[in-house]
Amino acid sequence: MAEATEFTLRLRRYDPESGDAAYWDEHTIELEPHRSVLEGILQAKARFDGSIGIRCSCRAAICGSCGVRVNGQPGLACHTHLDAALASSRDGVIEVEPMGNMPVIKDLIVDMDAVHWKKIARVTPWLINKEPIPEREYIVDREAMVDVTQSMACIQCGACVSDCLSMEVDPLFVGPAASAKAYRFVGDPRDDQQRERLTDLAQDPHGIYTCTHCFKCIDACPKGVAPMSQIMRLRRRAGSDHHIDDRNNGHRHEASFVTLIKGYGLLHEAELLPRSYGGDSWFGKFHPKAGKVLMSSLPAITKAVMRGKVKPKTALLGHKIPKDDLKSVQRIYDKVAARDQRLELNLYITGYDEDVDGAGTAPAAATSGAAQTGADSGQPGQSPEGSPSR
Amino acid sequence: MPAHDVLIIGAGLAGQRAALAAADAGATVAIMSKVHPVRSHSVAAAGGINAAINVADDWRSHAYDTVKGSDFLGDQDAIEVMCSEAPGEVMHLEHIGVTFHRNESGELDLRAFGGASAKRTAYVADITGQAILHVLYEQLMKYSDRVDRYEEWFTTSLVLDDSGACVGVVARDIRTGAMETFSAKNVILASGGAGQCFKPTTNGLICTGDGIAQAYAAGAPLMDMEMIQYHPTCLVENGFLITEGARGEGAHLLNADGERFMEKYAPNKMELASRDVVSRAEQTEINEGRGVGPGGVGIYLDVTVVPRKRTLEALREIVNIGKDFAGVDITREPIMIRPGQHYIMGGVKTDIDGKTPLDGLYAAGEVACVSVHGGNRLGANSLLDTLIFGRRAGEHAAARATDMRMPTATTSVQRDDEKMIASIIDRPREGRRISEIKDELGTVMNRHVAVFREEAGLQQAHEVVRRLKEESKTAYVDDRGTIFNQDVLGAVELGYMLECAEAIVVAAIERKESRGAQFRTDYPERNDDEWLKHIDINRNGDDVPQVSYSEVTFTQWQPEERKY
Repeated sequence: MAEATEFTLRLRRYDPESGDAAYWDEHTIELEPHRSVLEGILQAKARFDGSIGIRCSCRAAICGSCGVRVNGQPGLACHTHLDAALASSRDGVIEVEPMGNMPVIKDLIVDMDAVHWKKIARVTPWLINKEPIPEREYIVDREAMVDVTQSMACIQCGACVSDCLSMEVDPLFVGPAASAKAYRFVGDPRDDQQRERLTDLAQDPHGIYTCTHCFKCIDACPKGVAPMSQIMRLRRRAGSDHHIDDRNNGHRHEASFVTLIKGYGLLHEAELLPRSYGGDSWFGKFHPKAGKVLMSSLPAITKAVMRGKVKPKTALLGHKIPKDDLKSVQRIYDKVAARDQRLELNLYITGYDEDVDGAGTAPAAATSGAAQTGADSGQPGQSPEGSPSR
Repeated sequence: MPAHDVLIIGAGLAGQRAALAAADAGATVAIMSKVHPVRSHSVAAAGGINAAINVADDWRSHAYDTVKGSDFLGDQDAIEVMCSEAPGEVMHLEHIGVTFHRNESGELDLRAFGGASAKRTAYVADITGQAILHVLYEQLMKYSDRVDRYEEWFTTSLVLDDSGACVGVVARDIRTGAMETFSAKNVILASGGAGQCFKPTTNGLICTGDGIAQAYAAGAPLMDMEMIQYHPTCLVENGFLITEGARGEGAHLLNADGERFMEKYAPNKMELASRDVVSRAEQTEINEGRGVGPGGVGIYLDVTVVPRKRTLEALREIVNIGKDFAGVDITREPIMIRPGQHYIMGGVKTDIDGKTPLDGLYAAGEVACVSVHGGNRLGANSLLDTLIFGRRAGEHAAARATDMRMPTATTSVQRDDEKMIASIIDRPREGRRISEIKDELGTVMNRHVAVFREEAGLQQAHEVVRRLKEESKTAYVDDRGTIFNQDVLGAVELGYMLECAEAIVVAAIERKESRGAQFRTDYPERNDDEWLKHIDINRNGDDVPQVSYSEVTFTQWQPEERKY
């Protein structure tokens, strides 16, 4: 077993009774490098300062109490190894702060009721039974239950909420954890109100279409719940299965992306908004709604042009890619469309990307793309062979 | 002053189930917990829940297995209640939304578990406790207008009236530090076990025996306290739990010679003998020099014999635990484990409705001793225990509330508790640190009150506990604040733990035989003539606790030799 080594922790402290601002507090602890940041904090608390505030209980990433930011990255303190945390630190000191997007009560303790639990309550978080309720169990598809287990694996730690970029911009956004909770019912064949739930979340201006696919929640989640994937699944169920034409234009916007990439191989920027708002065809731009949204988007468009993010010529005429490449892109579409069933990325069903004996190699390979973003950024708490929680 | 028909302390499975049942019965209900309900330690129960739901199975078979597992110390009337009501309870859980895994025909799938003569464990991967706990909390949110929730409120005392009946509690709002008295026609303790008396333990840091000590202080007797379960598969390094579901799915136990040594100890059930038997077998192998790893203190658990796809689907959590906390991919190589403190079969003595001998006080779940587990609990019977007796306590308490007046709890206890907390905060920094005392307690308990016990070691443990009780009176804390002062609550919890530890040690000294989890190397045989009885422990002021006995209830199964 590895020997105990010294680590320095820099903890963000805040004493609400002192009237002083938050401050940094450093402690040097001694533990084996594969021990967790939580164990480090508990040692500091036991040996030096019992007043350090942090919620914790199980120490094994099950109870979900110890959500924090380690070197700026949200996660569980008990699920982050000291050596990995040291490796991702800026200056050799492991920095621990309270989670974001939620008010701090004391030190590393945040008010989860004020944000996280309010959002959970927003999605009618209980099963609305299909009637009649059978005498014994509901007979349901084996895979359906394994499938919702990914959402059930959520321990409500709040790490995904902490760094949700969309929530930072729109505090009313229902957010990653509550969306995953919603999928647990939408994906549950025993629930009677799937269409109503989806309509509600699609029509809400702060609902599922507010997510901007930043992947931060997938990176943050210690349990492999992949909240963003659950949001995307809610969208597919809402738009493709239930044909919910939401007032936020979310589904039409996605459909326009699909049509444009299929047609051009790359995004045709000038066509996107007109199609989203005016209808997904060449005539979309003549719809009055399209004109309106183009006018209101002018400041953003101008800024993008000024900063060189789009070139007027390619934006207006579309990007040109070689014919063979375009054909390859279209072949991907055909292949996906030819499948009988939509394949969803669910680790409980597909296994890890390194699985050769897994059921679905194709979707598993796609998962690794998402997993890579986290591993590359040197997130703390990841074992070298890749995080088990992805 | 808040007043409720039924006030529940603790919001794990037993507490939440009790709250929902009492609300369904029409009572006004509040549930209070020192942590947010989903942080409760029920969340860590992994493997599943037992019920004879297969048409080929029979609850009597489940009951017999439980009686045998208890080494005939379990009360058979209670065991019959639990096992016969189990199928209905599991169906109820299914109906409110627990995502139990299915077989190919879409019915509930069942897995094998230790000490069971049939596959009868329903499960959600290896997060069964978590799944049920979170689904019950979904229901609590649904019942928001009918069940008041006091989350992050720490109960400091039970309040009794002049006749000795329980009429409420005193609690501290952890967020503000404010103390308040709650009146209640009935109080249900559902605050879990006392695993933190041991180090290491699979139990969370919150499992400090609060309810056991509070009931004990109020005059309720404790029962079967010597029966401490050591779980056979805990990580060598930190004591984290590897679910019995691993062995249920077919994993092997191997010693240093690569031998499946359970052949010697339990030739029929092998790795799936009851937990006390497997833990003793492992400890024997280790003690006789056939352990693995540094110091030979471990045993190999080999999950690689389970098909990899099945492991990833059904044992996902322990794949994570192996990787994160031991650096081992359990699908590719064996992992080092050893027996570790896991569960306390004993607790506050109750009848089959959860009633304690104290009027108005109920207990359910690990805090209680009905006794369905007797000398040894079977895997996947603890979730069942919490739910069946949580529900029964909730229903019974609600019924009792219908024809009684709301009592008014005196506020004098609150004043005493406020003074007690203030005095801890004011202590000079002269004594020992709370953390030191807790550490010493856990270490001595794990050394002498573990898988194998003998008189001298137990006496030594008792002496240490008595000394630590004295030292705890002057132990100081650092935090002088009121908002989220976890430090001072840690000092209160230490007091609870020391009370529980003394009851455990005294009962273990008393029982001069080997039965279930109590194995005395100086009394290695089971002795039905003298010891087929429960040991009850009563508080005796600051003196050594008082010991008395009560009868074991038999219905249809007579004691016989126990072989697996």
